[in-house]
Amino acid sequence: MFYREAGDFKTSYTQDSQTFPIRFDRFRYYAVLAVALAVIPFVIDDYWASALIVPFLIYAIAAIGLNILVGYCGQLSLGTGGFMAVGAYACYKLMTAFPDINIVLHIVGAGLVTAAVGVMFGLPSLRIKGFYLAVATLAAQFFLVWLFNKVPWFYNYSASGQISAPERTVAGIPVTGPNTEAWAQYLICLVFVVVLAWAARNLTRGTVGRSWMAIRDMDIAAEIIGVNPLKAKLTAFAVSSFYIGIAGALFFAVYLGAVEVGEAFGIQKSFLILFMIIIGGLGSIFGSFAGAAFLVLLPVLLKNVLVGGLGWPTDLAAHLELMIVGALIIVFLIAEPHGLAQLWRTGKEKLRLWPFPH
Amino acid sequence: MNMVSYEPFVTEDGRTIGDAVMELRNITLRFGGVVAIKDISFDIREGEIRAIIGPNGAGKSSMLNVISGFYTPSEGEVWFEGRKRPQMRPYQVARQGIARTFQNIALFSGMSTLDNIMTGRITRMKSSLAAQALWWGKAEREESEHREAVEKIIDFLEIQHIRKTPVGRLPYGLQKRVELGRALAAEPRLLLLDEPMAGMNVEEKEDMSRFILDVNDEFGTTIVLIEHDMGVVMDLSDRVVVMDYGKKIGDGPPDEVRRNQDVIDAYLGVSHD
Repeated sequence: MFYREAGDFKTSYTQDSQTFPIRFDRFRYYAVLAVALAVIPFVIDDYWASALIVPFLIYAIAAIGLNILVGYCGQLSLGTGGFMAVGAYACYKLMTAFPDINIVLHIVGAGLVTAAVGVMFGLPSLRIKGFYLAVATLAAQFFLVWLFNKVPWFYNYSASGQISAPERTVAGIPVTGPNTEAWAQYLICLVFVVVLAWAARNLTRGTVGRSWMAIRDMDIAAEIIGVNPLKAKLTAFAVSSFYIGIAGALFFAVYLGAVEVGEAFGIQKSFLILFMIIIGGLGSIFGSFAGAAFLVLLPVLLKNVLVGGLGWPTDLAAHLELMIVGALIIVFLIAEPHGLAQLWRTGKEKLRLWPFPH
Repeated sequence: MNMVSYEPFVTEDGRTIGDAVMELRNITLRFGGVVAIKDISFDIREGEIRAIIGPNGAGKSSMLNVISGFYTPSEGEVWFEGRKRPQMRPYQVARQGIARTFQNIALFSGMSTLDNIMTGRITRMKSSLAAQALWWGKAEREESEHREAVEKIIDFLEIQHIRKTPVGRLPYGLQKRVELGRALAAEPRLLLLDEPMAGMNVEEKEDMSRFILDVNDEFGTTIVLIEHDMGVVMDLSDRVVVMDYGKKIGDGPPDEVRRNQDVIDAYLGVSHD
């Protein structure tokens, strides 16, 4: 019976508008953060890092980014893969052009470049909405992938057409390149996730977030009460692309190490991240994490059960896996259209009253 | 500056209302071949409740849309606070201090009551994107300051209990009240209400009338009101504009308008005795 707001008095508006108004939630959050920072780095191994945790963290950043645009501002985008590619290639160009500068700055710089590109492709959103905007962003997806394949300058004229991350260090410890330890990979991604998720939460609970949601819920009314639609939509595109660009940069530099654009940042990636936020919950930061965890975890889990547990052949399991994931997504959307975040909220509501629901 | 001075106007209940806040000069509004508003002029004076009435399709809402900048008049001029208003986008008009509510509720249904009303203060929010992302310094201060102002409005409208409820879940009458709150949050010079009492029962109408009178009285807000309920209009308003088929057929205090033969014919019905 710890999950109560009773007795937890708020004496200022700042306290009242905090992210976790219930004390138990706050402690849970600090506990998760402490485990993530102080325990996991010591126990993580290569398998866990590369199969589960690092992709989860990177997809979580991308999902938060897309959720800002789609879930909060209501502008449907299918260009996520393309924008991740912009982040990856911007990071690569920065890493090779300025080898002396810290990789963290390169990654942030890649985010800024992607933000600029995102704003450019966001301009049509001032005129078109919904499916038509989705088609426009789809064009961005194909155009960007084509561009990075076609113009050799982007991959420094390498013979294979791939980009591969040279070794870079943070405080003497390699975080990119073949000598990177699992825990270093994990920690750099974790730091980005924590900072970006916190900033996203702040943005979405403040003025900018309200103007995004106003545009999403009723754009005409929003404009009449004083929301500048141009500014609201373009900031959403900028912030969203910034996040997606950073996710792309981490995906390339820290996680994969070498990337071929069509393979890593194709249209499948756009859909994958869109599924993440739909399953996780549109308009929810927690939902972005939940969706990313769900779609990263599920294939691995299924593979372990089917191949490891039941001893099925790998190719059969791989095909079945696709069907099961697809079916689960459909079931999920019918059973809980507002996603995992809604389940979580309902659970918390119930918990507040437990064990006396009446 | 071209401040037109007016002789003071004394209302029926003995209050004196001041200079014109807004003047509409020869407004015509066309949509293709359809003339929605035809050469209408009237003024809105400081501190008054100005009603616009007329049968369905008379052009009342179009008139309100012209005032709020949603439509640009085909001809004519809008003068606001002694200055001719250039053509501007609706959000710029909002920044000048004109707020409105809608005939069909236009709340942000996914947001809580509090967030809806906070959004109404958007024209007064100044902190940068970076400051908001870090929730630091100005952003945090601003949020608390505006929250305080919004809480006053919540108290005024007696909606404390639904502060954190998503507005999509609220009953109709309360939604109308939240929408009024959102418009009030901007602390407007001029408040436009498009049928604030449509679809309400008698009690809800009484509540809403009281709020409108209180807003006018306590905050001194100038109000333009469109309403179909004649009793409400005649009781609340200081002066009434009557429209029919896009033309102005009457303008004056409620009693005078009530006696105007054109108005009776067009709107209140031709009397048969």
